[in-house]
Amino acid sequence: MPEIHLVGVAALLTLSVIVLLAGRGRNLTLVVYGCALVISLVLCGGATMRLLMQSPPSSLALPIGLPWLGAHFRIDALSSFFLAIINFGGAAASLYGLGYGRHEREPLRVLPFFPAFLAGMNVVLMADDAFTFLLSWEFMSLASWSLVMAHHREADNIRAGLVNIVMAGIGAFALLLAFGVLAGPDGFYAFADMRTHAPAPLAAAAVLALVLFGAGSKAGLVPLHVWLPLAHPAAPSHVSALMSGVMTKVAVYAFIRVAFDLLGPPAWWWGVPVLILGAATAVIGVLFALVHTDLKRILAYSTIENIGIIFVALGLSLGFLASGFAAAAALAMTAALFHVLNHSLFKSLLFFGAGAVITATGSREIGQLGGLLNRMPATGLFMLVGCAAISALPPLNGFASEWLAFQAILLSPSLPSWALKLLTPAAGAMLALAAALAGACFVRLFGIAFLGRPRTITSAKAVEVDRFSLTAMGGLACLCLLAGIFPGQVIDALAPVARATTGAAMHPQAAMPWLSIAPIAESRSSYDGLLVFVFIVSSALLAAFIVHRLASNALRRAPAWDCGFPDADPITQYSAESFAQPVRRVFSSFAFRARAQVDMPPPGDLRPASYTVEWVDLSWAVFYRPVVAAVAKMAYWMNRMQYLTIRQYLSLVFAALVFLLLVLASWA
Amino acid sequence: MDPIAFDIAHMFAGGLVLVSFLLLYQDRLYALLNMFAVQALVLALSVSWQAYIQQAPHLYITAVITLIFKGIVIPYALHRIVARLGIHREVEVVVGAVPTMVAGIALVALSMVVMLRVTQHADALAREDLAFALSVVLLGLLMMVTRNNAVSQVVGFMSLENGLILAATGAKGMPLVVEISIGFSVLIALIVVGIFLFRIRERFDSVDVQALDESRGKGR
Repeated sequence: MPEIHLVGVAALLTLSVIVLLAGRGRNLTLVVYGCALVISLVLCGGATMRLLMQSPPSSLALPIGLPWLGAHFRIDALSSFFLAIINFGGAAASLYGLGYGRHEREPLRVLPFFPAFLAGMNVVLMADDAFTFLLSWEFMSLASWSLVMAHHREADNIRAGLVNIVMAGIGAFALLLAFGVLAGPDGFYAFADMRTHAPAPLAAAAVLALVLFGAGSKAGLVPLHVWLPLAHPAAPSHVSALMSGVMTKVAVYAFIRVAFDLLGPPAWWWGVPVLILGAATAVIGVLFALVHTDLKRILAYSTIENIGIIFVALGLSLGFLASGFAAAAALAMTAALFHVLNHSLFKSLLFFGAGAVITATGSREIGQLGGLLNRMPATGLFMLVGCAAISALPPLNGFASEWLAFQAILLSPSLPSWALKLLTPAAGAMLALAAALAGACFVRLFGIAFLGRPRTITSAKAVEVDRFSLTAMGGLACLCLLAGIFPGQVIDALAPVARATTGAAMHPQAAMPWLSIAPIAESRSSYDGLLVFVFIVSSALLAAFIVHRLASNALRRAPAWDCGFPDADPITQYSAESFAQPVRRVFSSFAFRARAQVDMPPPGDLRPASYTVEWVDLSWAVFYRPVVAAVAKMAYWMNRMQYLTIRQYLSLVFAALVFLLLVLASWA
Repeated sequence: MDPIAFDIAHMFAGGLVLVSFLLLYQDRLYALLNMFAVQALVLALSVSWQAYIQQAPHLYITAVITLIFKGIVIPYALHRIVARLGIHREVEVVVGAVPTMVAGIALVALSMVVMLRVTQHADALAREDLAFALSVVLLGLLMMVTRNNAVSQVVGFMSLENGLILAATGAKGMPLVVEISIGFSVLIALIVVGIFLFRIRERFDSVDVQALDESRGKGR
């Protein structure tokens, strides 16, 4: 079975090479995205079949790579789930790219790297030894970096690319060290050997910290998230969708693979750092999503929030697993995986919508949009579905997975360790805060961009985008709804993954009457997506009917000539900044260090009044500035080494040799 | 192994270390070159003794090469260079003789500790040989570090290389081609260094390497 996937990967790589060699063809965009679409669909179908048929793990060793190691590939339930997700995301992005890619000014900066990026992510998920894993991980990072740099002439993109590649390098280095510790002194680089040799407690702690750092920097855990809101928006929109919706999932996969599979049985405290980081990530991510005004940057910060939610569920699963509550661990794991699936669906959808808005209006600032729902009704509808889903509104899929996560959090009083018992409700409170703020964030995004009246001429003249893009968005929106109405089926499909990672699974949900789900017991809590959907639809129809029938007919008195808008200037509408201002004020001290400055000229002065707001991401000031300063200082200090005399150079070599010999002599 | 054969090999190797100390101590160039020739002679004796006890005839070739090149050709060439440069009267003191000697003794002790500890399972002769060879290498490096004159640095480099040959012959099964190529590389190094010395002299009227540093603008 890995053979078929490897053939698909080889096909994607060949596609990249062909594009590089072929140069400029007229229909290159169609060919590349068409082929990528077909290959991704085949791979996604294969992986989904494996998952649904609960096939046993199958592996393959190829004599390439390191001479004595070879390249090991293995597809088990966990890999097939993530393979299905990334290939589905890849297929959706390719379909969207069929239309969106035609607007690309320099297609050759995107086309060769797109299939290579997909191929890299596929190989990461199949890798069964550290060397193959790290190699494909770096390949994926480099491909994504090339895509970030596709529009390198735009301001800020160079900096985004630089921060991206530095963070990717540091993260990969941490993973390298993690695998080094896992492999131990005997060099067991194949995952199969790592599984049989559980590391000592101290080494396991080091591996956990390193993999949290390495995978967390790719996923966007606070404070390693700084590159993400710079880099993800810089790429073309369908690639942003891939990076946010799919590549972060590869990082989640890496964490699950190491923490649940390779690292052996967990200690009780492993969940603690994961929980804390996840909760902080969720809140800080959504806070920044709430204050930014760049459409794609909002979405990137919201990705950080969702990664936080996923990591909270994973940390909880680790905590339950260490305490011997396999069923609760399976519930938390299922919640995390379900949210992985959901986030890949609605984040891709939202980035596609953002791309459509950019194509139609040429602007990413939501402050320059407005009233787009009238000009782009289909895009607006799909965006509305995406916004509702990511805000965790029932009956959509985001609600189902977050509800599962809260069910797992509510089980925390049964945990034996006091630290987890106290910490988990706190993390739950943070998640609740993040969920509420996410709602506000997407009300703001949709309300400012799609409702009201156009703030600029370009948004007043926006036209609906092409059919391919609409098909991709529509398909994703339907899936968001379907996964929300049939959560039981999704949970059952995830059962083999949960069983592979936690040793248990939630009891089958498909057998429940009326499509309802009950994660623990029906007497305790249950949710029925279909019922909620029917209720919402019927009550909305009823409300619409009543409004149209009764309210429209009622007698109203209003000023005669202003058509319901007493003020004519669209700029007086509620703006993105004003919507965010309360939150910015409340959290200004610890999250933003926001400073608002009002410049009100005295009467008689003719210059315009101004209101400027500045804020910074505190993690820059706290975590990065000191490091950058230290590196600069060290570089300055090392610079002196350029100007030594010959004898001093010789003395350095000599001293190094003597030092090493001394180390050797004093070695126990 | 015959204890006498072992003792003689031990003596030659120890003698090489002793000559290295004598090299460290010399601060006049002609004396230094003579001492270098003596070291090459001791090395040739040591190598041919190894050839005898290991019954490895190719080591005789190594010994002959060592004797001809290092014992005669190189010291003679360096003699002529020193004479033509007219620096035979120069006395150099960068680091005093006593600290240098103390450092040298410490290095020998270090190499003994390291080598005897690392090679616990090797046979006794190879262990002693390697320990002495490492001492010679370290003393050669120490000489390069503590001297300013380019000629003394060249001698330091070559005595370092003598240590390598000693290590190579002590270990059984070293192919002849490696030793020959080491010998030739040293010869080529000599030619390059000789040409260099004259060029330096032409430019700076001195073979003191500090002149190079001053010309480069040290510590900018």
